[in-house]
Amino acid sequence: MRQAFNSFMQAKIFWPLMALVLLLLINVMIIPGFFHITVKNGHLFGSLIDILNRVIPLLVIAIGMTLVIAKEGIDISVGSVLAITAAAAASLLHTTSVPIAILLALVIGLICGLWNGILIAYFEIQPMIATLILMTVGRGIAQLITGGQILTINNEAYGYVGKGFLLGLPFAIYIGAAVFCITLFLKKKTALGLFLEAIGSNMASSKFAGVQPKKIILLVYMISGICAAIAGILVSSNVSSADANNAGLWIELDAILAVVIGGTSMRGGRFYLVGTIIGALFIQTLSTTIYSTGISPEITMVIKAIVVISVCLMQSEEFRKLVTQPTLKKKVSEA
Amino acid sequence: MNQSRIRINENNIIIVATLLLIVVLYGYGSISFTGFFSMQVFLNLFIDNAYLIIVATGMAFVIITGGIDLSVASFVAFISMVAASLLQHGINAYLVILMTLVIGLLFGAGQGYLIYRFQLHPWIVTLAGMFFARGLCYLISTESIEITDNMFIALSDFKVYVWGENYLSLGAAISLIFVVIAMYFSKYTRFGRNVYAIGGNVNSAKLMGLPVKKTTIMVYTLSGFSSALGGFVFTIYMQSGYALHVMGMEMDAIAACVIGGILLTGGIGYLIGPTLGVLSMGIIQTIIMFQGTLSSWWTKIAVGFLLFLFILLQRLIVIKRGKKKVQSLSESSILPEKKGRHVTIS
Repeated sequence: MRQAFNSFMQAKIFWPLMALVLLLLINVMIIPGFFHITVKNGHLFGSLIDILNRVIPLLVIAIGMTLVIAKEGIDISVGSVLAITAAAAASLLHTTSVPIAILLALVIGLICGLWNGILIAYFEIQPMIATLILMTVGRGIAQLITGGQILTINNEAYGYVGKGFLLGLPFAIYIGAAVFCITLFLKKKTALGLFLEAIGSNMASSKFAGVQPKKIILLVYMISGICAAIAGILVSSNVSSADANNAGLWIELDAILAVVIGGTSMRGGRFYLVGTIIGALFIQTLSTTIYSTGISPEITMVIKAIVVISVCLMQSEEFRKLVTQPTLKKKVSEA
Repeated sequence: MNQSRIRINENNIIIVATLLLIVVLYGYGSISFTGFFSMQVFLNLFIDNAYLIIVATGMAFVIITGGIDLSVASFVAFISMVAASLLQHGINAYLVILMTLVIGLLFGAGQGYLIYRFQLHPWIVTLAGMFFARGLCYLISTESIEITDNMFIALSDFKVYVWGENYLSLGAAISLIFVVIAMYFSKYTRFGRNVYAIGGNVNSAKLMGLPVKKTTIMVYTLSGFSSALGGFVFTIYMQSGYALHVMGMEMDAIAACVIGGILLTGGIGYLIGPTLGVLSMGIIQTIIMFQGTLSSWWTKIAVGFLLFLFILLQRLIVIKRGKKKVQSLSESSILPEKKGRHVTIS
């Protein structure tokens, strides 16, 4: 029993989970009826459902980002890709049907990912720099598509994707769950997960072992692009508009945070999809808490910054040493 | 061969390319638009981008060590907020300037300490710094604060006459002085050489006994200071403090460094580079402004395209360098059996 508890304590997932639980406890104490879920018109309503619903775009992008970071990369263009696909879907809806618009938006996301992947795998440009290009250009392209305006969407079928309900739960949650399950399947049941961790921990040795890193890298960035496209569709459908400037602004940073909080190292190697989900939930719960407790929402960013630094410090070996060593020294002097 | 002549090699080819780009862009502008070819239009490039020149030059030091500083844009906005709100409370203008610069030093040193002491990723730390500074802006005020202080207004009207009627603003003059000092520091001081050594290879710099810790912290402190100075210049340029000022400017600063030939892998680059990068971006902006019918987002697309070209150029240089290393290894008979093959490659 004790052993099981100890191994759980040492699991990467322990600290983020504890942080999330702590945050939820704070919520219960401050906000009465936080866990209260009511049924209205056959739909479930409540703070928890709200958090689950709002976290989905971030979650989907963070899952894609987890794969990218696992291979020791980074994709900072996701926010711009989100804006491009949202703009593209919104403008396509004027001329084509909903399924085609969604499909084309996904294809655009795929192409954006492919572009990043080619630059990184075949031109061997550092991931951060390669995706920086698309990050800069992406907003410009999105503005080009929307003509510098905020496109509004008046399409019920398209709105269902981001606002609709299925079996009492928001439809977006099912999309998030589907993306998670597919990625988990890819990780656990196909060679992709294994290859990815191999490339992330040692590119050269995995090459000698017969893995083809370039193809995997290409695939990973394409997945990240598609994830950003899904998030773009969700966001634009939820707010019924596509804003080239502000859609998905800074979501890449939130996604990186979610991944890092979830225990995946920026240096690549092993990755934790469940950890990423907890990280994303943590970030969203934090924002919701700040909004609902009536603290001025402006403080959100400051708190986020402090939380990020503390989580990173806790993961840092040097910091742990700093915390544990003074007591060691004391023991030595006492003896 | 004559050693004193400046030769184009892999160290300065990007600078040469950027200079060429500036000449071509400016030439195109001068031929296409009347009134483009004037001293004042050229000087306006410095006036409008003074803060960016300062910030990008500070960032260049960080990038040369192989790090990155994403907090600069938020910090410029933060400084503008702090200055505006302090002035609103009637605090002496000189004191305000001094305070903002000290805040910049402390903020940068804090980031540098976190990065080096706990071996945290510079991306994450400066990302948090970016959130932190932007959040503090919102905490001070969500509204724009106008500056009515006489001293600041006098500073913004201050003109440095360069040629007849053509002038530079005080901010532009400060930025040019800053660049010259930065160039001196990078070339002729121990600190500058340490920065290049760390960027080249951290481990060998450590083994050589160079003060890696001190230099890393100092580099981020310098970046914090330059964002504070940039923030001050920006504040006298804009005459207001606002939390939403210069959104996403950190990417412009990085782009300026890339276009100016600072290698993002660290270790290589001249400190004049960022200024040239800012100038070429500024010329693109001016051309689009003179053109009139093109919308502002074309600037982003054009800058992105330039970024792409220059990153490819950097990549080519690194590949060439790698081949050279292999060749010199094989020539020094460590790998004698491979000699013939590598010579044929190059």
